[in-house]
Amino acid sequence: MKNKMSVVEGSYTVAHAVKVCRPNVISAYPITPQTHIVEDLSQFMADGEIPNCESINVESEFSAISALVGASAAGARTYSSTTSQGLELMHEVLFNVSGMRLPVIMTVANRAVSAPINIWNDQQDSISQRDTGWIQLYAEDTQEAGDMTAQAYKVAEEREVKLPAMVCMDGFILSHVYEPVILLEQDLTDEYLPKYEPEHFLDTKNPMTFGAFADPTTYTEFRYLQQKAMDNALEKIEKAADDFNKIFGRYYGGLIDTYKTEDAEIIIMAMGSIIGTIKDVIDKARSEGVKIGLVKIRSFRPFPVEAIRKAVAEATVVVTLDKNISLGLNEGALLTEVKSSLYNTDINIPVMGFMLGHGGRDIPRRTIMMIIDKAKDTMRSGITVESEYADLRGDLV
Amino acid sequence: MKIIIGGAVEPGTTRVNKTGGWRNFRPLYHQDKCIKCGLCSLLCPDCSIEELEDKYVVFDFDFCKGCGICANECPSDAIEMVLEEK
Ligand code: SF4
Ligand code: SF4
Repeated sequence: MKNKMSVVEGSYTVAHAVKVCRPNVISAYPITPQTHIVEDLSQFMADGEIPNCESINVESEFSAISALVGASAAGARTYSSTTSQGLELMHEVLFNVSGMRLPVIMTVANRAVSAPINIWNDQQDSISQRDTGWIQLYAEDTQEAGDMTAQAYKVAEEREVKLPAMVCMDGFILSHVYEPVILLEQDLTDEYLPKYEPEHFLDTKNPMTFGAFADPTTYTEFRYLQQKAMDNALEKIEKAADDFNKIFGRYYGGLIDTYKTEDAEIIIMAMGSIIGTIKDVIDKARSEGVKIGLVKIRSFRPFPVEAIRKAVAEATVVVTLDKNISLGLNEGALLTEVKSSLYNTDINIPVMGFMLGHGGRDIPRRTIMMIIDKAKDTMRSGITVESEYADLRGDLV
Repeated sequence: MKIIIGGAVEPGTTRVNKTGGWRNFRPLYHQDKCIKCGLCSLLCPDCSIEELEDKYVVFDFDFCKGCGICANECPSDAIEMVLEEK
């Protein structure tokens, strides 16, 4: 039956999405902190529900992603899932995956990094992997996390792209929550996502070198081509979302999504599960006459510079929310990127940055409302806040 | 070396990438002392020593890094490391 709702855990939604995408090799290391994604996939494997697939048990995240380098180079559709410390342990290999242009898909259930020890949600883990050459998509809810998984395969495997992609979903808040969702239907997914048939793969009959040695005379060009692939991905991400809408009838935006931005003076920008709360607060503020809207960032890499410029061109003030910090700059990554997107343009409006929700700190509506008040102050009397924690406990420091 | 698509290239890139360029010392072969034991050619980490039919050896300076392992392992001091002059 089409559009049948089930109440399942976010991890299950994603595991199911992976299953219907028909992966050939899954490798992951379910150390804590982990999610149930790999557990659920293991169950599917044990029940014979994923044909033509190998699941590789490894002894660390480093090995998990390394196993997929080989598998993907050999032409397999591959999958892994990780979070926080596990992702950081993969760091070195992430560059190899993107440098070899292997379309590995990995779910990152975003969590804080140690020390201090904390297993709750923020986005420091994936943001810290920003420059590894992976596409990074951020989901708002569990339905989107599942649907985004199929979209990620679609984008990553495009001939003009051929890059790995992380589907980021807020740890616990999305990975462990039970919500009613429509699980991806196998027949529709087959229609959406064709079989992976790479042009080049490791084949003894037609030998090919992946990850070649590149001295100073060629290295620059490899890196240049990676950036070009990122540029190509911009359009493909939009297209993957549109094509998905045509087949499944669901759409969450392409590179970005906008909410009530048409006449907005204040525009909030954020990514991940916080989007729902912001929409609620915006509805309330709108009812009180505040002209406010939201830009949801779906694609953080490639960063949608043009789409953002267009979205905020008519606004008076932009506010970014970050569940991460670049220590030493006192800014979250989104603030930095948005400011750099608007520089050297005609758009000369203040951009205020707020960091919040780190290490799983709850983000109640009143935090967002307080931020909106500060944006209103800025509209009246010029920029009041460049970048600060919105929810710092002054009593502890 | 033509980059085909992203990371993949035609095989055989090491024929183009001559990595001997960063050598600081080069092995100097004294054939008169060589006892044809074959150790140097076995132990060279860069496969840069070829054993000829008569069991004497030749060095491939396109790839020799000048690590000195051959000189160190040679049992009859037939290989001497000398400063590379470029
Ligand atoms: S110096 Fe090192 S690299 Fe060069 S021939 Fe001897 S063992 Fe091989
Ligand atoms: S190790 Fe020394 S003696 Fe043996 S083959 Fe090489 S050069 Fe000759």
